[in-house]
Amino acid sequence: MDESRRIEQYQSLVKRMSPKRPVLRNVLWAFFAGGVISLAGQGIMWWFERQGMSAQAAASPTTVVLIGIGALVTGLGWYDRLAKRAGMGAILPITGFANAMVAPAMEFKSEGLIMGVGARLFTIAGPVLVYGMTAAFLVALLRYLITGVA
Amino acid sequence: MLAQLVTDGLTWTPGQVLVLFVVLGAVLGGMGLYGKLVALAGAGATVPLPGFGYTMVEGIAHAVKQKGALGLLTGGLTAAAGGIKAAVLFGLGAALAFRPKG
Repeated sequence: MDESRRIEQYQSLVKRMSPKRPVLRNVLWAFFAGGVISLAGQGIMWWFERQGMSAQAAASPTTVVLIGIGALVTGLGWYDRLAKRAGMGAILPITGFANAMVAPAMEFKSEGLIMGVGARLFTIAGPVLVYGMTAAFLVALLRYLITGVA
Repeated sequence: MLAQLVTDGLTWTPGQVLVLFVVLGAVLGGMGLYGKLVALAGAGATVPLPGFGYTMVEGIAHAVKQKGALGLLTGGLTAAAGGIKAAVLFGLGAALAFRPKG
């Protein structure tokens, strides 16, 4: 008897004891961190545009620079601290993508260069690439079939 | 763009969220909406991960104009090549150069 009631009581206890997530503060942090990273990206992009690139052409080297920074900062151990605070604000920009590659690779270095570092680089990047590429293909295919030009 | 970063409250793993946003970027890019956002927000739209999906859709569109249907297969990665290659090289470099802390 009372098995279900005890479970219920336990669950309400868990609910009471688990820390409330400060949603507003998290959201603000995410907003600012994401904004600052994007702002840095815009600055880098302007610099490339000043070298005579079109806005479209400048996007690619900007990405490269940001990924480099993200990988470096992750290696130094600073990115995780930022991500703890800023959550998605740090994870969603392209620097967070670099972080998602480097962090597990670094973590599993002890498993060797091939299956440790080599495979873990794509723990998160793998699914992102697979589904990103699939989605881009399907969307473009659909548009191609409908409009004929994609 | 910044409103996208406000997806904090869910208990998802980063992997799931990243996949979701890349797919979202591709879909919005296909409908032409993300292009408008890029025109408006510049790097504010291309730096976050949906910009990656958008870049690939744009690359495919560009390649299809030049090479026809084959561009459907080649365009996406051509456009994203710089970013992916950089991510692998820098990622490998950083993973080898540093030891994990904490």
